[in-house]
Amino acid sequence: LSKPTDLVQGTLDLLILKVVALEPMHGWAIAQRIHQMSGEVLQVGQSALYPCLHKLEQNGWIDSEWAVSENNRRAKYYTLTRAGSMALEQESAQWERLSAAISLVVKTV
Amino acid sequence: MRLRLRSAFLRSRVEAELDEELKYHLDRQIEANLAAGMSESEARYAALRAAGGLEQRKEECRDMRGMNLVDNLVQDIRFGIRQLRKNPGFTATSILTLSLGMCACVAIFAFVDATLISPLPYRDSNRLVGVYETVEMFPLSNLSYLDYLDWKKSNTVFKSLDAYQRSGFILNTPDGAQPARGAEVSAGFFRTLGVAPVLGRDFHSGEDQPASPRTVILSYSAWQKRFGGRPEAMGQTVTLDGEATTIVGVLPREFHFSPVEPSEFFIPIHAIGSCKQRRSCHNLYGVARLKDGVTVQSALLEMKGIAKQLEQQYPDSNRGQGAAVVTLSEVIVGEVRPILLLLLSGAGLLLLIAVVNIASLLLVRSESRAREMAVRTALGAGTVRLMRQFVTEGLLLVIAGGTLGVVWATWSMQLLLKLIPTDLLAGLTFLHGLGLNYRVVGFACLILVLAGALFSITPMLRLSAANLQAGLAEGSRGSAGMLWRRLGTKLVVAELAVAMVLLVGAGLLGRSMYSLLHLDLGFQPDHLIGVEVAASGNTYSNDELAIALHRRIISQIESLPGVQAVGITASLPVSGNGNTMWFRVLGRPWNGEHNEAPQREVSASYFTTIGARLLKGRYFTETEGPAKPRVGIINAAFARRYFPSEDPLTQRLTYISRTVSPIQIVGVVDDIKEGPLDVATPPVLYVPSTQDVNTYFSLVVRSTQSGQSLIPLMASAIRKIDSGIVARNGELMVDRINDSPSAYLHRSSAWLVGGFAALALVLSVVGLYGVIAYSVSQRTREIGVRMALGAQPTAVYKLILADAGWLTAGGIVIGLACSVGAAVLMRGLLFGVRPWDLPTLAAVAVLLGLCALLASYLPARRAASVNPVDALRSE
Repeated sequence: LSKPTDLVQGTLDLLILKVVALEPMHGWAIAQRIHQMSGEVLQVGQSALYPCLHKLEQNGWIDSEWAVSENNRRAKYYTLTRAGSMALEQESAQWERLSAAISLVVKTV
Repeated sequence: MRLRLRSAFLRSRVEAELDEELKYHLDRQIEANLAAGMSESEARYAALRAAGGLEQRKEECRDMRGMNLVDNLVQDIRFGIRQLRKNPGFTATSILTLSLGMCACVAIFAFVDATLISPLPYRDSNRLVGVYETVEMFPLSNLSYLDYLDWKKSNTVFKSLDAYQRSGFILNTPDGAQPARGAEVSAGFFRTLGVAPVLGRDFHSGEDQPASPRTVILSYSAWQKRFGGRPEAMGQTVTLDGEATTIVGVLPREFHFSPVEPSEFFIPIHAIGSCKQRRSCHNLYGVARLKDGVTVQSALLEMKGIAKQLEQQYPDSNRGQGAAVVTLSEVIVGEVRPILLLLLSGAGLLLLIAVVNIASLLLVRSESRAREMAVRTALGAGTVRLMRQFVTEGLLLVIAGGTLGVVWATWSMQLLLKLIPTDLLAGLTFLHGLGLNYRVVGFACLILVLAGALFSITPMLRLSAANLQAGLAEGSRGSAGMLWRRLGTKLVVAELAVAMVLLVGAGLLGRSMYSLLHLDLGFQPDHLIGVEVAASGNTYSNDELAIALHRRIISQIESLPGVQAVGITASLPVSGNGNTMWFRVLGRPWNGEHNEAPQREVSASYFTTIGARLLKGRYFTETEGPAKPRVGIINAAFARRYFPSEDPLTQRLTYISRTVSPIQIVGVVDDIKEGPLDVATPPVLYVPSTQDVNTYFSLVVRSTQSGQSLIPLMASAIRKIDSGIVARNGELMVDRINDSPSAYLHRSSAWLVGGFAALALVLSVVGLYGVIAYSVSQRTREIGVRMALGAQPTAVYKLILADAGWLTAGGIVIGLACSVGAAVLMRGLLFGVRPWDLPTLAAVAVLLGLCALLASYLPARRAASVNPVDALRSE
């Protein structure tokens, strides 16, 4: 999955929020973590990732600060804000409903 | 929002961070690729490919941050300002034009707002009405005191009906007697208006009864000026007309009632004196508050009924006395409303020309920017972005021009106020509120929004109409020229037509003013001075004393250096048509009808002093006195109306409401303008001031020099006779006439509309010049070809001038039709000239035609002097 259009609208937001909720992380690590956690199915490209990160920051759902990364370079780390964790709850509830509904439709013989 | 602001203001830092963040990602990708076993160059290339263009990524992030919104706007504004600065001629012309139009419109609107839109400063002022009697000569005439009492008692439509009358007092001060203006009002007057004193109390009901003690309420300015604003002034006494009067209250600072302004003292009407006892003596005005649910019409109907009833009950005094009820705002601003609306229309038309002119300039400009637009489109600018550019530029123009216009408008307002004669201004109390209030600013903003929309849309028309790619083609002049010819030229025709309307309006008003000021007044106003004199009726209590006073004053003033002649009249010419009497012609059948005519008590020297023309008989002599048979002089209008075929000198008159011995007519004088300049002189009866004696009168003095220096000398000469006498409003008759309301209103409207018309002429001619010059520049190649093929310069002149001629002719013809229509609408404001006055129309058409010819001659000459070789090569 390299283009955002392939993802269900808003899904990338949910994935990023979910991943960042675990610990503060920089962009590269977020992409890697999503890849890893999805069983190497989902691959988020830069073209989708960074605009989305900036949008979430603009929304006030994540916050950023510069810190030294695991390879001893400065990297921009994103953390979840209080508003972000509330948004995460809503988004995941929304996702649950949506995916359950889709499953119902798809699995019906 | 915090972030967006950061994006906007800490732009470079945000950019650097964005750079670093993406670089970090790229480096990690390269590392990962290396780890996967790629060569260094392969790893780098793959990473860059995965990123899919770093610049685009950055742009997307910027978009997400909303940075571009602000950026583009800033860019548009910068570019717009650069565009406008690159073209200073266009920019200055547009801003100046717009600000002139705005200035005129906003300043006049402020006057309209203060006068016609702002409510009068009384509680529920739209429920207040003026109440009048009507007679043939005066549609809004005074009430008599007894009629007022009956109307007050019998009506069911008014919550309250009260009366007022202007009044002048002699105020005793430590520095001697001073004139003071004021009003007599019935006790409930202020309650009816819904005004309460700020200090002290209102009049009690019944305080206007003859027996009640004398009290006075001060205006705020009188309290400040004469009593230093001290609260202790309450309860003090002042001497008004020799009567000790107790101060009981002070009116609010913002209170004014223009029919009696400027007023310092308000005293209750006291029903004493012979006038108040006579139903035929009319000297009061009524003001009333309508009951809820009662309309002006239904109130009028009832008052007419009551008047009818009184007419039957008192046929001697009330015959022909009807009733009139009009809104109070009509009473106060009714007279200036048509002039203000005229001026607002004039200013509006000027603004229209200004805006159309700018729009046509913008159209020309968008033609010449066709290539710029095409290039921008080719480089990826969206249509929306291009339109935004036009909107930005339009708004920049509008903001600059509008701000300048509003600033000028505030100056103009102050200037116009200063040009109003002080006496007139005192009565125009509604102008106190003149200024930039929210309605005026709202009006200005509305104009700016409309102008902004027009200025943004005009160049957009070009954008949508023309094929943008054609703009790139070398020397293309295709569809664009068509649009220009279709729209641009029509705009010029409209401009010329509107200018024509304004010019005709100005011409007609100018002619009205001319005929008004060159009116035959029936006397010689130059070197004539008028002074009002008030002596106390208590001191000069009988006719002998008063006549002796007249004689002393005349002889004292005659002895002043430079004085040629002195006369006395009850009221000066060109001041008013009031003070009428009812009479009948003796020896004629009479059925009780009221023949009404103004009466003036004048001294023997009066007519020769003012330079009147005697048509028949003789003037009064010094020997005519109280004991002699009564005599009278009538004016020509009187003779025409009542003695069309008889010899007036054989006729005798008598008053209807007063019994005096018959008045023998001894002379006929040519009509002297007694009332306003623009009102025809009614029949007037002059009687000797020795037979009908007043202690309030006016002096007319003919001087050898200009006379201005005589006025203070006269005042002190009178004061020397008796310090209790007041001499006021000394003024040259010429000034008095020029400052009289009718002259002022005609003059100011003529000058203002004239100014608008002059600006309109300049703007429209500049507009025409622009159109012709542009069309010449468009047709340079065509003209070159024609000349190369042998066309003579005269043929080129003809070609260009014919174009201009058609446009001008179109403008003039449409303008003529519109002007006659507009002139008919304003015929009420014209004096001595018909709305379809041919000389004015012809003169304006010729003037406009000549200016248009000049404006098109310049570009035509340029076209004719084109060198064909250059013209062909340039394209």
